[in-house]
Formats: sequence, structure tokens, C-alpha cells
Amino acid sequence: MNVEEILKTEQLNKSYENGLKVLNDITFSLKKGEVVVIIGPSGCGKSTFLRCLNMLEPVDSGTIRFKDRVIDRANKDVYELRQKIGMVFQSYDLFPHLTILDNILLAPVKVQKRERSEVAKEAEDLLKRVGLSDKTNVYPRQLSGGQKQRVAIVRALMMHPEILLLDEITAALDPEMVREVLQVVLELAREGMTMVIVTHEMEFARAVADRVLFMDQGVVVEEGSPEEFFNSPQTERAKQFLNMFHYEAR
Amino acid sequence: MQNLGIQILFQGNNFLRLWVGLWVSLKLAVISMFFSICLGMLFGMVMTSTNKLVRFFCRLYLETVRIMPQLVLLFLVYFGAAKHLNVNLSGGTAAVLVFTFWGTAEMGDLVRSALESIPVHQYQSGYALGFGKIGVYRHIIIPQTIRRLLPSMMNLLTRMVKTTSLVVLIGVIEVVKVGKQIIDASRYTVPDAALWVYGVIFIMYFAVCYPFSRAAALLDKKLRD
Repeated sequence: MNVEEILKTEQLNKSYENGLKVLNDITFSLKKGEVVVIIGPSGCGKSTFLRCLNMLEPVDSGTIRFKDRVIDRANKDVYELRQKIGMVFQSYDLFPHLTILDNILLAPVKVQKRERSEVAKEAEDLLKRVGLSDKTNVYPRQLSGGQKQRVAIVRALMMHPEILLLDEITAALDPEMVREVLQVVLELAREGMTMVIVTHEMEFARAVADRVLFMDQGVVVEEGSPEEFFNSPQTERAKQFLNMFHYEAR
Repeated sequence: MQNLGIQILFQGNNFLRLWVGLWVSLKLAVISMFFSICLGMLFGMVMTSTNKLVRFFCRLYLETVRIMPQLVLLFLVYFGAAKHLNVNLSGGTAAVLVFTFWGTAEMGDLVRSALESIPVHQYQSGYALGFGKIGVYRHIIIPQTIRRLLPSMMNLLTRMVKTTSLVVLIGVIEVVKVGKQIIDASRYTVPDAALWVYGVIFIMYFAVCYPFSRAAALLDKKLRD
């Protein structure tokens, strides 16, 4: 395995109970520091793929390797590996019974057994960076969607993940809040964070991606640099998909 | 002046006796509620099982308890145990058994609906942060479940306090029974005793139950926003 490769999947397959194949022989690798954006129509399997990467969902067959370890979902070290692969969801999922600071500190303190005072310092620095330093003691319900999502990103970063998986993190947001969240992601990308991003924001995908994967019906149909993919898509399905984002003037 | 009957309350230690009677009612309710909460938590978790057979039996238990009047259950346990099992339960023990049997079912259903009302994403973001199953329940799911449960738990407790008045019928001397004794003992001297005694008992129940139902309403409102 290449030293630079941090995550690698081989021939992942997964079907739902009704026989629908969501992942069809997906072979994929991710280098350290790389930002991969996965796009595709709804139901193409991109979110499922992301959730399989940190084993929130089981696969039917195939292997997932993190560095040189094969990840086995039945194995105890799944919990340890999930700390190294952070994830942010579409619906933010902050814990409503905890303040923002406690949301962020819960896992570092309880899972990683770090000193609360030390992590609190780090949390405050990160909150400041995403422009939310005045929100430490409020509850999630008092925040807007965009603010909640920025907190969710901070919460994931606090675990010091080596990879961050972002699953349509702006899909539930009002348009004016999308930017404040994506700006944070762009900054992370600049700092060299390794990320796999599922999104419907094409402009953002083009700006942030080192590589674009186009999925349809459980298959990676096309793969390439953002310039190649957006300017001259090779497959008919990718062309059709990208055309949906264009409107002709009257 | 005409004898009003109110003096019955202050004759001898009548007033104190009523309070002691109320204490017996409360004790039965609180002990039953304690066991109901412990067992109901477990039962509620079992009720969320995906196994169809397990769900069927949980449902059967719940519906049986709901359909049967508590009085019938009390008679069944109190007299049934004596006659068929040759066990002589005290009225108090029979009452705790029956109210726990009932409370566990009701509490379990509350726990089940609270658990099911927590979005599946709450579990997943817990797992994604590296928590194991126990950690997810302990730090994320159970604290939220308890918050959602508190108002309905209070309501169940007040229902239980009120329902304890049934135990008169299996010979437990609680507040209603004490009241009857006072009335019976002065049937000829104070004919209007019933009004005063039952009036006081009414106020006593109110004094105990109102704070609980008020707390439930406040909690419910607080948790809503």
C-alpha cells in the first residue's frame, strides 16, 4: 500500500433488503491531505458510501483499510477508528440537552479521557475561528442552522480526526447560511485536512475538490479533477446531471 | 348554635390519624412507583426490540393491564394468592405488587415512546464520535429520554396516588379507611361528619397531587421551548 494512501476501499458491495443495490463494486482510495467530492443524483449511494467508510453501516462484501489496518465492523477497534474518521451530518445532530461547549467537550472528555480544562481551551479557540466564541454557554435550539452546523464541524474536529467525512452538510440550510459553513470547510481544505465531501453545491465542489467522483446507481461512473469533470464530462450520465444545474435564458 | 360537624376533625387525634392514613397511601404509591420506574425502564427498552414475538408479548402485557380494572387485579392477587397458592399476602404487599405490575406496564410504554422519539441520528452522531453502545446510551440517549419522560412520569405518579384509595377494599387502613372509621364512630353524635371528613381528604389528595401535576405542566412547557 502506498504510504500516502490513508483510506482505501476494495470492491465494496451493499444491497438493501428489497434487493436494491446501493454500492456496486466500489474501489476507492484517498491520499493524505486530499479533498474528494462525491456528487450524483439523490439515491445514487453517495451518502451510504460515506456512512460505510466509518462503519455506521455494514457492507455486504469488500474491504475498507485505514492506513494498513483492515477495518472490521465486528471488531472492537471500530470505536477507536471512528475517532480518526470524523463525520458531520446533514441534520447537524447536536445534543439538545447539552450546551454548545458541552456538546463539543463530551467526546474528547468521555471517549478520549482528555483533561476538561485543556480541551476547553482548544474548543474555545476553534469556536473563535468559526466565529461563535460568544455561544459557548447557549443550547443548540438557540442557534441558527448555519451556526449549529459550524458547531458540529468543531465537535468533529475536537477529536483530532485524520479524515473528515461531510455528508450534505448544507442541504438542510437556508441559502444565506450555506456560505458561512462552506467557508469553514474551504479553510480546512487549505490547511490540508483530508476530506470526503458529499454535496449538491457545484460551485463549492469545484472550488474545494482535488478530485471529483460522480456516482449513479451505486457505481462510480466518472472520476477526475474538478476542471476535467465540470468543463468536459466524459459520460452521458454526468453530462445530463450537470445540465440540470443550468438554466437557459428566455 | 347548631352542631356543624367541623369539630369532628379536632376531636381526639382525628386530624393526625387522617395524616397518618395519607402517609400510608403515599407510601404505597411511592414504593410502587419506585419499582415501576426501575422495571419500566427495562420493560421500555425491551419494547423497542425489533423481534416481533417479543413485541407481541410486550403488547399483550400492556393491553391486559390497561383493560383490567386495578380493583380486579387487586382482588385477584389478594384473594387469589390466598385461595389458590396458599400465600397470605398482607394488603399492603398485594397493593404494591398490583400497582407495580400496572405501573411497570404504563412506565414501560412511556419509556418506549420516549426512546422512539429520539431521532436515529442522535445515536449515529454518538457512534461517529467514537462512543460505544453503552456510552451512547449513558451520555446521549438516556439523559434526553429522562427529560422527555419527567412530565408523563409525574402524571403517572399522581394517578398512582389516587388509585391507592382502592386498597381500602382489601383491608389496608389508609386515609379513606381512617375517614370512614371516624365517620362511623361518630355516626350518632356528629351526623354531618362525612362532609367534613371527606372534604378534608379531598383537600389532602389535592395538596399532594397538585404540586406533582403542576411540576409536570411546568416541565412540559419548559421542555417544549
